[in-house]
Amino acid sequence: MSAILDGFRGFARYFGSVMGADAYAKYLEHHTASGHQDAPMSEREFWRDHTDRQDSNPQGRCC
Amino acid sequence: MGKMPDGKARTALADDVLVPDPNLPPTAVDEAVQEAEERKWTPRKIAIWAAIALLGGVAWFMLAIVRGETVNAIWFVFASVCTYLIGYRFYSKVIERYITRPNDRRATPAEYKADGKDYVRTDRNVLFGHHFAAIAGAGPLVGPVIAAQMGYLPGTIWIIIGVVLAGAVQDYLVLFFSMRRGGRSLGQMAREELGVIGGTAALIATLLIMVIIVAILALVVVNALGESPWGVFSVGMTIPIALFMGVYLRFLRPGKVLEVSLIGFVLLMAAIIGGGIVAETEWGAAFFHLDKVTIAWGLIVYGFIAAILPVWLLLAPRDYLSTFMKIGVIVMLALAIIVVRPEITVPAFSEFASRENGPVFPGALFPFLFVTIACGALSGFHALISSGTTPKLIEKERQTRLIGYGGMLMESFVAIMALVAAISIDRGLYFAMNSPAALTGGTVETAATWVNSLGLAGVNLTPDLLAETARNVGEESIVSRTGGAPTLAVGLAHIMQQFIGGTAMMAFWYHFAIMFEALFILTAVDAGTRVARFMLQDSIGNFIPKFKEHSWRPGAWLCTAVMVGAWGAVLLMGVTDPLGGINTLFPLFGIANQLLAAIALSVCMAIAAKRASFKYLWIVALPLAFAAVVTITASFQKIFSPVPAVGYFANNAAFSKALADGKTEFGTAKTVAAMEAVVRNTMIQGWLSVIFVVLSIIVIITAMIATVKAFRNESAGIGHDDHEDPAVPSRGYAPAGLIPTAAERELVAQWNKLPAELRLEKPAHH
Repeated sequence: MSAILDGFRGFARYFGSVMGADAYAKYLEHHTASGHQDAPMSEREFWRDHTDRQDSNPQGRCC
Repeated sequence: MGKMPDGKARTALADDVLVPDPNLPPTAVDEAVQEAEERKWTPRKIAIWAAIALLGGVAWFMLAIVRGETVNAIWFVFASVCTYLIGYRFYSKVIERYITRPNDRRATPAEYKADGKDYVRTDRNVLFGHHFAAIAGAGPLVGPVIAAQMGYLPGTIWIIIGVVLAGAVQDYLVLFFSMRRGGRSLGQMAREELGVIGGTAALIATLLIMVIIVAILALVVVNALGESPWGVFSVGMTIPIALFMGVYLRFLRPGKVLEVSLIGFVLLMAAIIGGGIVAETEWGAAFFHLDKVTIAWGLIVYGFIAAILPVWLLLAPRDYLSTFMKIGVIVMLALAIIVVRPEITVPAFSEFASRENGPVFPGALFPFLFVTIACGALSGFHALISSGTTPKLIEKERQTRLIGYGGMLMESFVAIMALVAAISIDRGLYFAMNSPAALTGGTVETAATWVNSLGLAGVNLTPDLLAETARNVGEESIVSRTGGAPTLAVGLAHIMQQFIGGTAMMAFWYHFAIMFEALFILTAVDAGTRVARFMLQDSIGNFIPKFKEHSWRPGAWLCTAVMVGAWGAVLLMGVTDPLGGINTLFPLFGIANQLLAAIALSVCMAIAAKRASFKYLWIVALPLAFAAVVTITASFQKIFSPVPAVGYFANNAAFSKALADGKTEFGTAKTVAAMEAVVRNTMIQGWLSVIFVVLSIIVIITAMIATVKAFRNESAGIGHDDHEDPAVPSRGYAPAGLIPTAAERELVAQWNKLPAELRLEKPAHH
């Protein structure tokens, strides 16, 4: 049972990463790793910035 | 990597500068170890590959040689998957060895430009899914359906062989070269490699091609939704659903992407079921029963608003929904085909394979089959995705093969499944659905009579079958529902109802399919308009600098209006075309897409030549030559063919003459206004073909000049600027392929033992 649950969790995590759900976690990881002195953006600020940057930097989606 | 074919290790120069950190384990598997691993053929490995080759061979034999009365769909799955595996394991490694020559000791842009936002090292398996979701959309679902007019075999061969030798090669090379250039776009690379003339031609061609592609994708949606209250309601509901998701993500629970996607998915299912109920009611049927022209105008207005709204409100949430659906649907379709294994009765080559007057799309098999199926075999549009977002996320250089080449193989598989779904329905039904109303007459009786008059072997279509199928899928009529999407939806409903739910569920599955195709297309339309708007702003900005400021509203709105106006005009032309729309415009879509591929491959060839891969330049030259020959031949036929059904200008002349003779109806145009529309449309379509082909020839010629120049420089011993970013030593490690090899696992273990403070990040992943 726990194996199934683990498998399901793993799949959900993978699926979430493909959709980009872990972007904030990755940003925090980068922020810590690169040793910035200033505080990182909060989750809300990060996602605002995330979509606002797409406004000026559109990504194509294929046919 | 072994020795270079010309005996020189060209990248050795760059490698010498790469001084690895002595405190870190190696950042790449030792070349000798890797070479030995690849060259060592254990009995188990030999047995596995022999089995794959055998199974693939048998499957191809069943499809191409045996071709009994019926053929089981499972052979399509085996033939494609085995061929992909062999292409991936052997051919892409040849490309890796002789053309790209990745170097894992070199840091990728995601490492040396890491910013935690745009440049982020991403696990290879995640990035594979991410890249696939960005490249695959409605294209591979539509082209193969339309091409099924010729029978199943020509399309199947082109999709499978084409992807291995052309499509995946293009995607891989563009991805790799863009990665070496910090994620530069195709346009920028063209400018650098081909100079001002070639670069400018490539830019204009790209812009025009995007307009055509967006317009024709929009036409597919309009054709699927016309006179379909259910479809209009459920697809229309995606807008409020996306807006809700946008607000939810912005204000209520930021960053809960998976959660909001699940909510959106549930709402979407409710919209599909609700659509059925609404379409049953009198007011619903009246209110949502829209003709195609109204829907087209709605889409144009929507396209403009969507492209100027902030991304967070509509585009981003719908993109999540679209990605969620994309992966779910494709997995579901693959499972259904494997479980249901439908019997295919369509012949390998149909009566239209040797003729050029097919009702679904006109023209002979060569070259028109090869432009009708673009996405899934060779899609130039991918070059715009492979340069830009994905290269900024790659963790290690050697992973580009999995993501670029492997990602495209996956799209090809989607195309094969779409083909299987489309040919699993009755052939008579197929032609009744995909031929323009001008031929079928629009009613079940006239359509059945007309289809039966075609003299197709084994086809005996009854009006009852048409009426019954329409009833089953919850539509008033399915006659002349051109564009591919409705046919795929019927095919999918036909397969899925055997898998889950039976006939009672067919209407749901049909509208589910229409919904996801519309979702993919609307996302592509929005994103395409935005990308094109920025390209236009940058181009105008060269003359009027103010336009380069992307936040300058009047400039942004004006450029958006220009782009929407351009594709909107083509869309309206297609919707009102007395000749049918899809059959006249779809070839233009394919030609545009393949010409973009020719442009991308030209740029790749010039780059590969500068890297002195002369002996193996044929790897790039082969698909380039094929794409160039196919598209230029197709363009020339569209421009010069004397057959009115094929040549735009021939058709134009025929209709002009009829008008001059004072005729009030001609061919399928029943009024003078319709005849005038044909004259206008064919003139525009003809000139578009001329512009495309001229621009592409310019790009191909400049690329050839650049290639020859690189060759001369090389033999004269003159160095040249390769425009790559400077090499920086990498500080991390991750395996290259889906399954790590023994040496890779050992290296990962070494990295895992490294004290946390020395690590860039954990190299081991799920």
